[in-house]
Amino acid sequence: MMKLFSEKSIKKALTVIAFSAIAALLLIVVFIILEGLPFIFKVGISDFLFSSEWEPQMGRFGIFPMIIGSLVVTLGSMIVGIPLALSGAIFLSEFVPRWAMRIIKPTIELLAGIPSVVYGFIGVMVLAPLIRDYLGGPGLSILAASIILGIMILPTILSISIDSLKAVPQSYREGAFALGATHWQTIHMAVLPAAKSGIIAGIILGLGRAIGETMAVIMVTGNAVILPKSPLYSVRTLTANIALEMGYATGMHRQSLFATGVILLIIIMVLNYTATIAIRRRVGKK
Amino acid sequence: MTHKIDIKNLNLYYDEFHALKSVNMVVGEKNIIALIGPSGCGKSTLLRTINRMNDLIEGVRITGEVFLDGNNIYDPGMDLYELRKRVGMVFQRPNPFAKSVSENVAFGLRVAQFKNKKKIAEIVERSLRAAGLWDELKDKLNRPALDLPLYQQQRLCIARLLAVEPEVILMDEPCSALDPIATMKIEEMMVELKRNYNIIIVTHNMQQAARVSDLCGYMLLGEMIEFNKTSEIFTNPRDKRTQDYITGRFG
Repeated sequence: MMKLFSEKSIKKALTVIAFSAIAALLLIVVFIILEGLPFIFKVGISDFLFSSEWEPQMGRFGIFPMIIGSLVVTLGSMIVGIPLALSGAIFLSEFVPRWAMRIIKPTIELLAGIPSVVYGFIGVMVLAPLIRDYLGGPGLSILAASIILGIMILPTILSISIDSLKAVPQSYREGAFALGATHWQTIHMAVLPAAKSGIIAGIILGLGRAIGETMAVIMVTGNAVILPKSPLYSVRTLTANIALEMGYATGMHRQSLFATGVILLIIIMVLNYTATIAIRRRVGKK
Repeated sequence: MTHKIDIKNLNLYYDEFHALKSVNMVVGEKNIIALIGPSGCGKSTLLRTINRMNDLIEGVRITGEVFLDGNNIYDPGMDLYELRKRVGMVFQRPNPFAKSVSENVAFGLRVAQFKNKKKIAEIVERSLRAAGLWDELKDKLNRPALDLPLYQQQRLCIARLLAVEPEVILMDEPCSALDPIATMKIEEMMVELKRNYNIIIVTHNMQQAARVSDLCGYMLLGEMIEFNKTSEIFTNPRDKRTQDYITGRFG
């Protein structure tokens, strides 16, 4: 009798805790939307999204340069990060003996634990001057942000990719070898197709991290609200826009930052949703 | 005269463990050879020496010789990839690739850098027909192979081999994941394939060995105890240990 009672109360307690976590999340989302959405309709969706003039004091709220900024910096980080992460994952999972893996993989995952301000600091002190001296421009630029972010998302993509490559049954490799495939043919014709959806999920999670990153990005992009003409231009991202101006924003200006948050939220939700579908498709195959 | 396969004084070690002890075996043309014996006796290991799949395992050391058409496949100059095209393998669990049905069958051709699409389609059809799968799968050529039921997957793995036209087919307990009806189909197929291929099958199912094989080897603790005509092994075994095993007194 007593046992049954505690069983039930534990179940109830867990339910309450689980729901309060979800409720907190929901509240945040609802709050952001309630603060931001009316503003978007007041200014007009197309003026807000597609105008390039961001002068909050003058009542001009166009975030187009920031959307472009977020997208190009994210794209750049993918161009830097994906090839590194993929070749690293293939090398580590297929060519390195198991004992070495056991040391290398946790080390890589440790990279994810370095605070973003440290990455940003390195970007400002080392990378930006190098770019300024050798390639021109202000140094604090799309290029600098792409490289820094590319390295920051490396551990995420790398470690998920390694996991999904390792999850490919050994029998796939044997099957390919038994048909006369070379090691590389085995990897790209048998192993990679089997690990594909897991790798894609990893890339999308990395993408989410890149687009949401704020601190490092503020430090290395230069934060100019302009439409960039080359990777050496400064840009401002959506996240940086919120972080930079929230300290003194009031009234409409404050609402416009929440509206920026709504746009960011939508972009990230779409990304996560795609990632979930990619992961589910992988599970469904097994 | 050279034999198709001639294994001479073959020893294999997993690190310290002596897994194959001075094995000798001669295989003529167009036969089905069955290797039987209790679990861990080395029959799968012996099978995997014939296409050098053991090379993939760390810590394996091999002495002795395996001749294929008179050439020692353990010669340093041996082209492993060429060897494995000539000696194909079917595994215990069906292992189709995460690709479509037709791409699975075409895999060996793509490995060999075949480009001619029409020719590939022809070979895919021919191989699926030979594996008795064409009628069942001709409308599902673009479906993922992993969605097929296991018995079709295993036959697909055989079709995949036939596409590269090997000379020898090694089968490592190919029916252990299948039900009796699927097993029967695979056995019928083996008898059919015997006309064009040499087949060596490892099985723990003695009835299967008795049903399909022409020659049979009984292995125990890494040794080839007896190798003879299947009818001889099952009716008139020379060795006491073989007799004990086939009469079910042990194993």
